[in-house]
Amino acid sequence: MPTKIEKDAVTGQETTGHEWDGVKELNNPLPKWWLWTFYATIVFGVAWMVIYPSLPGWKGSSGWVAREAVVADVAAAQAANAPMMARLREATPAQIAADPELRAFALAGGRVAFANNCAACHGAGGQGAVGGFPALVDDDWLWGGSLDAIEATIRHGIRTAEDADARNSAMPRFGLDGMLTNNQIGDVAEFVLWMTGRATHAAETERGRVIYAEQCAACHGATGEGNRELGVPRLSDQVWLYGSTKQDVMAMVRNPRMGVMPAWQGRLDPAVINMLTVYVHALGGGE
Amino acid sequence: MIRIKDATARLVLLPCDGACGDSAAAPVGENLVVAAVSATAILAPGQAARVEEVGYVEAPIRAFAIATVFWGIVGFLAGVVIALQLAFPLLNLDLEWTTFGRLRPVHTSAVIFAFGGNALIGTSLFIVQRTCRARLFGGNDAGWFLFWGYQFFIVMAALGYVLGITQSKEYAEPEWYVDLWLTVVWVAYLIVYGGTIVRREEPHIYVANWFYLAFIITIAMLHIGNNISVPVSLGSSASYSAPAGVQGAMIQWWYGHNAVGFFLTAGFLGMMYYFIPKQADRPIYSYRLSIVHFWTLIFLYIWAGPHHLHYTALPDWAQTLGMVFSVILWMPSWGGMINGLMTLSGAWDKLRTNAALRFSVVAVGFYAMATFEGPLMSIKAVNGLSHYTDWTIGHVHSGALGWNGFITFGALYYLFPVLWKKKALWSEKLVAWHFWLATLGIVLYISAMWVSGIMQGLMWRAYDELGFLQYSFVETVEAMHPYYVIRTLGGVLYLTGALLMAFNLWKTVTVGEAIEPEHATVPAHAVAAE
Repeated sequence: MPTKIEKDAVTGQETTGHEWDGVKELNNPLPKWWLWTFYATIVFGVAWMVIYPSLPGWKGSSGWVAREAVVADVAAAQAANAPMMARLREATPAQIAADPELRAFALAGGRVAFANNCAACHGAGGQGAVGGFPALVDDDWLWGGSLDAIEATIRHGIRTAEDADARNSAMPRFGLDGMLTNNQIGDVAEFVLWMTGRATHAAETERGRVIYAEQCAACHGATGEGNRELGVPRLSDQVWLYGSTKQDVMAMVRNPRMGVMPAWQGRLDPAVINMLTVYVHALGGGE
Repeated sequence: MIRIKDATARLVLLPCDGACGDSAAAPVGENLVVAAVSATAILAPGQAARVEEVGYVEAPIRAFAIATVFWGIVGFLAGVVIALQLAFPLLNLDLEWTTFGRLRPVHTSAVIFAFGGNALIGTSLFIVQRTCRARLFGGNDAGWFLFWGYQFFIVMAALGYVLGITQSKEYAEPEWYVDLWLTVVWVAYLIVYGGTIVRREEPHIYVANWFYLAFIITIAMLHIGNNISVPVSLGSSASYSAPAGVQGAMIQWWYGHNAVGFFLTAGFLGMMYYFIPKQADRPIYSYRLSIVHFWTLIFLYIWAGPHHLHYTALPDWAQTLGMVFSVILWMPSWGGMINGLMTLSGAWDKLRTNAALRFSVVAVGFYAMATFEGPLMSIKAVNGLSHYTDWTIGHVHSGALGWNGFITFGALYYLFPVLWKKKALWSEKLVAWHFWLATLGIVLYISAMWVSGIMQGLMWRAYDELGFLQYSFVETVEAMHPYYVIRTLGGVLYLTGALLMAFNLWKTVTVGEAIEPEHATVPAHAVAAE
């Protein structure tokens, strides 16, 4: 086949004499900057392989080990905060809240701990969510809003089997277990709406009032004020965990849903639980 | 195989009026037709000066070209949909088949294997015949088997993804039965391609074919290596992976990184080495550079996979090795960029008038950018910031949209008039529109991902003055929302450009002005041997 070396008219460079489907090649040398940069990366690579572990059995002249580096980093971060964490661990939430230095530290740490552990249910700002996730920014507390009450809730959780001291209570399944008929449930729900001025049927309300007094008042209170000892929600306000319509209320009477919260004792450092307590208390509704 | 060595007698002139060698109407037995016609059509030797494409297999290549456009649009559309899902999760539609988790592999496989794969196989079959001056080994039938076999693979894979059948290996999601089928098609591809090179009429093998061959052989090795598994039972679509744990991860990223290296880099470099000199009508800048950068690229790339597993359970020595080879890979990658760009010396003015060439050249620019960014991101300290963030997504897309997409668009704009015997594209103006829409789309996409990725990485590692993390995970997600919307917009622009291209190519085929029928020639051995 023809191998005809030509001179390229544009660059003056010779071709290699090959040709494929009209495509030819110039016989240019390797660009110098390219070659030297290539050599430089090789030198860098060899040096790096000498310094760091780079072959099976070769530990590197620096002795660097990824695992040890992480352990050292974590230890350094923990050591930096250790004195403060020790103080937070020993103090009560009330003492922390009273000490400006400890309080500032607890609020900063509590914010992060809250975002990483609590926000999934209670919302990034503690605003809660419909479906049984209580807001923490208001003063409507189920189990109490004092520092001690909040700490106990975080530490032991709610209706969880993992902690014997967990807060516990249960509402009967009035519909599912046949304690009330469907009509009676409708009546009592109408009465619950009446408590917040939303009733539309006088007769139903009156029948519901009787049922409420017999079945509900023991826990929810004669005027629907709730009971923090048992985590019983107040019915006479506008805060609803599972929805505010008559259908929502009837569903709760028929087959109640009750919130569950993990026990954080054992999961989180006692200092972190203290920080969370102070942080949640400071969200807006602390008592 | 009978070969007639006399230069003039080898060339048999054929009147091209429907009975040409590659008539799509008669894939079976057409060789006999060619032989019969050629026997009566030997004209004066003087007219047989040049070998025209008539003797080459073309109908399956036309099908590959159409499939490239079709799957490209499917893949880009899927990309826009999942980008929207990331910005607005409601669009997962709460249906298992349309969730992000299932549509994401549909997008990646559609663009890499369906769009990219059809482009690679189609152009490689086109180029290997011309640069070897030999008819495709196996002829039309082999071409059609590759085409339909490969489309069947794509559809089977995509169906599996949507139905939730996956082996959960990134870019290797198809289950064992699809893998087996692809192996059959791929080995056939190697035989067809290699067979054509073996029967070449040129003394040397053109550089584009080195790259294509490296791509075909290495992908076969990677595909088999990473998919060794045992089906749960013969009737089950599920399987157990042979390697497990960190060994499985290492093999997966040996595969994953070299899918990038040999599918998206080596294969597409083969495309570049043919279409840029053809479009610019200039010789390749440096033969020596092509040799050196080919062998260094091939040798170094295969080691770089562990950089995907920095700071994991993978032993430190393997991580270091992956990083070092990635850094050294920088210049071998740039060798292709130099050869692509410098080939234009003396022809830069063509960029003003030839919008298709503009695609090919800008593709090389994006290639250079992505192959610099890659080694940079493989450095462990940089990787500590970039890994698991959108920066990686931006990096991949500057390569995929800019390099693979643009070099393919340039090739398609060159190929369609040639394959359908048209004088020119239907509209140069639409090509220019496509170019600017797509370029703007890429700029929006990658800059949004750079910002959101680096921001994400910095937010994850931000500590306040008391030593606590500054942000929760959900806050980082919230902060990325605007960039997800910008990214989607970039994708929509890119998709719009591709739709313009499809329309333009459709018009080129249907109403484009045909080239005057000419007497054309076929290499005699293609006739004599079959």
